[in-house]
Order: sequence, then C-alpha cells, then structure tokens
Amino acid sequence: MARITLDKLGHSYMENPVADADWALKQVDITWDDGGAYALLGPSGCGKTTLLNIISGLLRPSQGRVLFDDDDVTALSPDQRHIAQVFQFPVVYDTMTVYENLAFPLRNRGVDSATTDKRVREIAEFIDMTHRLDDRAKGLTADGKQKISLGRGLVRTDVNVIMFDEPLTVIDPHLKWELRSKLKELHQRVGRTMIYVTHDQTEALTFADKVVVMNEGEVVQIGTPVDLFERPQHTFVGHFIGSPGMNVLPCTVDGGKVYLGGNQIAVANDAAQGGGTAEIGVRPEFVSFADNGLPATVVKVSDAGRHKIVETRCADQTLRMLISEGVEIPADGVKLAFDTANTRLYTDGWLAGSRSAGGEGR
Amino acid sequence: MNKTVNQKAWLFVLPVFILVAFNAVIPLMTVVNYSVQETFGDNTFFWSGVLWFTEILQSERFHDSLGRQMIFTFSILAIEVPLGVAIALTMPRKGAWVPVCLVLMALPLLIPWNVVGAMWNIFALPDIGLLGYGLNAMGFDYNFTRQIGDAWFTLILMDVWHWTSLVVLLAYAGLVSIPDAYYQAAKIDGAGAFAIFRYIQLPKMKRVLTIAVLLRFMDSFMVYTEAVVLTGGGPGNSTTLLSIDLVKIALGQFDLGPAAAMSIIYFLIILALSWVFYTLMMRNEES
Repeated sequence: MARITLDKLGHSYMENPVADADWALKQVDITWDDGGAYALLGPSGCGKTTLLNIISGLLRPSQGRVLFDDDDVTALSPDQRHIAQVFQFPVVYDTMTVYENLAFPLRNRGVDSATTDKRVREIAEFIDMTHRLDDRAKGLTADGKQKISLGRGLVRTDVNVIMFDEPLTVIDPHLKWELRSKLKELHQRVGRTMIYVTHDQTEALTFADKVVVMNEGEVVQIGTPVDLFERPQHTFVGHFIGSPGMNVLPCTVDGGKVYLGGNQIAVANDAAQGGGTAEIGVRPEFVSFADNGLPATVVKVSDAGRHKIVETRCADQTLRMLISEGVEIPADGVKLAFDTANTRLYTDGWLAGSRSAGGEGR
Repeated sequence: MNKTVNQKAWLFVLPVFILVAFNAVIPLMTVVNYSVQETFGDNTFFWSGVLWFTEILQSERFHDSLGRQMIFTFSILAIEVPLGVAIALTMPRKGAWVPVCLVLMALPLLIPWNVVGAMWNIFALPDIGLLGYGLNAMGFDYNFTRQIGDAWFTLILMDVWHWTSLVVLLAYAGLVSIPDAYYQAAKIDGAGAFAIFRYIQLPKMKRVLTIAVLLRFMDSFMVYTEAVVLTGGGPGNSTTLLSIDLVKIALGQFDLGPAAAMSIIYFLIILALSWVFYTLMMRNEES
C-alpha cells in the first residue's frame, strides 16, 4: 500500500533523444493516492504502456523518479516493488493447475504452505474460480485466464498497486461488461490502488475515480469523468472523450471578444489572455436550436436511439449537435445557440487562461 | 445438407496415387517379395515363408548391431537435446547478433554427409589430424581406428557436432515465439531463472522439442554415410550400426532374402519407436 509519485518522469527509447518527437514520454508529474482507482486513457502510441512499464519497473525511465510513498524505487526490479500487473494477453502458466497458478507468486517468495493455501482459496472465491481450482489453466477461456492473471496479483498481501494493461482486449464483448463491473467491485472490496490503462473511454470512465488522459507522450488532463466531460482542459480531451466528441471551431479573438464567422460568441473562460491559434470548444450536447443565434444549415441527421446527431454547416465549418428525440428540427433558417457555461475558448489547444503555455516545453 | 455423389472426383487423386505407387509402394513390395523367397542364383526364386524373419530375429549378429544402434541413438539424444536447448537459451533474442548466430548454427547442417565423415576422419587421424594429433600430444593414447572406445567417442562427437544445431534452431524457434508478457509476468511473480525455464520456456518449447527428438531419433537410427566414412563400422564390428550391417548383408554378401527381411524389421522398429515417442510426449497435451 503506497502513494505513488511520478516525479519529472521522461522516457525515450533512443539513446540520444534530440527532438521532441524522440521522447515516448515527455515530462510527466502525477501523484496517485493510495487506494484509488485510476485510468490512463489515450490513443495507441501515446505512451501509456511506457508509463505503466516504468511504474511496474519493467522499464527504467531515461529521467525522473518513481516514488512509492517517500521511497525512491526507480532502480528497483518489479518483484522488489511489490506490484502486480495484468497484461493485454492473458498470461497463465500452462502446465500448472489454476491452484498452482495462484500459488506461484507466494511459493516463489517462500510463503509457507498453510498460508498459501488459505490465500489461494480466498482469492479463488473472489474471482469465482473455486470450482476450477484443480483444472489445468491451459483449458480456460480468455476471460478465465485473465481472472487468473488478476488473481496472481491479488493473492499477495504486500501488493502496492495492481496495474491493468488493456486487460479486456481479448475478451468477448458480452463478458467485457461483466468483467468490468467485477473489477470495479473488486476495487471496492480490496481497497488497493489500481491503475487501468486503456484506449477505450467507456472502460476508463466506468472504472476510474480519476482519469489521466494522455496524448503524444504527455498528460493533458487529470480529472474525474465529469471533469473530463464538462471541463476539458485541452481540445484533445474534448474530442477524445464523448461520442461524438467536442466541436472544435477555429475562431478569431479581438479585444477580449470571441468571434465565429463574424458573430460574437460568449464563452465561459477568460478570453483576454493568450494568443496563438484560437478555437472554440463546445460539446454537441450544449448546442441547441434557437430563435436568434448563429445561422446554419442542416447537412445530415443520424438517429442514435434516444437522441439524434445533427450535422450542420455553420460559419463554413462542420458542427455536430446532439438533440433529444422529441425536438423538432427546423426546416430552414436554422439558428444555433451555444450554452455559454459550457462553451470555452482554447488557444494552441489548451483552455485559454488555464495555464501559461507550460508543460509543452522541456 | 445433401452431399453430391460424384465418383469421378477420384480421378483427381489418381496422379498422386500413381506417384506414391511408383516411389514407395512398389519398391517396398519388391523388398517384401525378396524377404519371403529363397534363390540359388540363376534368377529362380522359391517360396520360403517367414524363414528369413525368424533367422534374422534369432541371429546374434542382428542383436549386436541393434544393441549398438540403440546405444548410439540414445547417447546422441541424451547429449544433443539438452545441449541444444542450453545453446538456444544463451542465444540473443534481439539485435545484430541474431543472424550471425543463426548462420553459424546452420553451417554444419549444410555440409554433405559424406563430407562430414571425411572431415572428421582426417580431423581425428592420430598422426596428422588436429584432434587426433592434439589428443596424443596432450598425453592421451588416442587412436580411433584401433581402439573401440576412441571410435565410439569420435563417432558420437561427430554426430553431436553435425546435428546439435538442428535442436538449437528448433528450440530457438520455440523460445522466440514466447511473448514478452510471460517474462514480465514471471518477473512480477518473483520467479527465478529456473522457474522461468521450468514453467514458461520448457512448456512453450515442448512441441518443437518433440519434433526435434523425433527427427533426431529417426535420422540417427538410420545414420549411414557419416559413420561408414568415419570408421567403416570398425575396428572389427564395434561401430557396425544397423544400416551398415544391412548394407554388408545386402551388397557385400548379396543375401537378398535376409537383407530384405532385415529391412522390414528395421523399418518396423523405427515406426514403432517413433510412435511410442510421439505418444509419450504428446500424452499430457490432451488432458
């Protein structure tokens, strides 16, 4: 059990990284509280697996430190860090039974057989594997194997953190949901820190109390699922989370006022600060039809069940909006209004006024 | 589902059938034919039933060469398989050295068998060969053409040199197919090097090792060229393996009947032992 601190962590797979793009992981500073459920979310190749392997000790970072509580563990091997990891493809020891698989981490550490037996049975109960203890692990289905991988992590009492590297990739869709809720339940029962790496927003948002969104080797936002949805710090977060993602519309800023195609738009944040490329970010959920507002034309309407996704052209840009079933779509002369509290100005991708262009420089 | 009955499809099988008949069935049947007949020359044959079979099975000569064959085969298996696995484990799995190692390993396999025999024959000669001369210079009384122990030592060493690579390459193929996650998981589970070998590498290599053992078993049981070039079955009959003995009977003495009977017995032994090996090694696979 420990609080995990990542201190100015950076990693490059090259020996002499020069350009920014040489770094798989640009500077990362995160603190994970003990017992939390975290998700690491980002597209493929954003550095999340690199980060995970650094925390578990499978990879030594090029720079920075990893602290468990106040101990620097950067140089320690995985087994010295007392961590557990569940991999994308289930790892089971084929020749062993389920029981032996679960007992393996304890036996390697010289735990006496009575304690081992007790722990194994306890954990088998946890992961619903009691009835299969004597079966060969080889014959299990993918979800069964994944449960065993998880069980091997849970069986040890000294585990600081359990990490999941896209653990549901090879699981059948109908079992995914079941395993996901099982994981959530497990987290509440064992109270261990868990870090869940995924590129699937549903998995991340349902599992985690706090989600770390990564893109191109850096952390773009850390927050609760609600934060990420309602207050994206970066256009990437807005676009990556949500379905469809946030509308990001290039705009002009003049004297602290924001203009979109000649119309002034009220935004929630301070537009006076920051230069660079200006964009308005507004989620499809917060755009509605109005009597007065931006003129637009409806291009396409797709029915997504309980709501409709309307694609419009507005100020020469594509703008999507989400409307409920009952709402009528005006035939022509469409006018759109943005919910001011949820409309924000972004400069160079970042929420205007949120940070002083920090983070990207190293 | 209704299946269409169309016997004409058999015609497609016909070419294969003819091919197999000419390259396997017919030659084999000639051997069977010889094995049940007796001749006094002049190309006249008499039916002799199972006479040759009983004669061969009861002959001490056959028992001796079969015994030598068994000793040879099991010695080289006992050396080549563990040695091959050990070498495969030490080979790099990534990087610039991989192709170098692979080519080095493959080299002995590319040398023609009679050349291997000739090479080792010269290499081991006590007066001029590097190995023979070297051993004698170091104070060992080594002469593979005169001393039985030395002949066996050289014979086995030659086979190990020639064929361990095959085991290495197969075992290596099995090793590189293991995903990194297994090693990472083992590291996290606190497994030591032996546990990693025992529970990850060995099980993952099992299939290729089965093939390796089978191939080495069959090939070594049929070994002829290298052994005959190296020792010619001598000194005396001390390294006369089954195949060498067979050739002596068939072409040296021209006893076609006994040689044919022996060929069939020889074939059946290889078939039976291969089956036993395969069944034993695959038995756990099913359960």
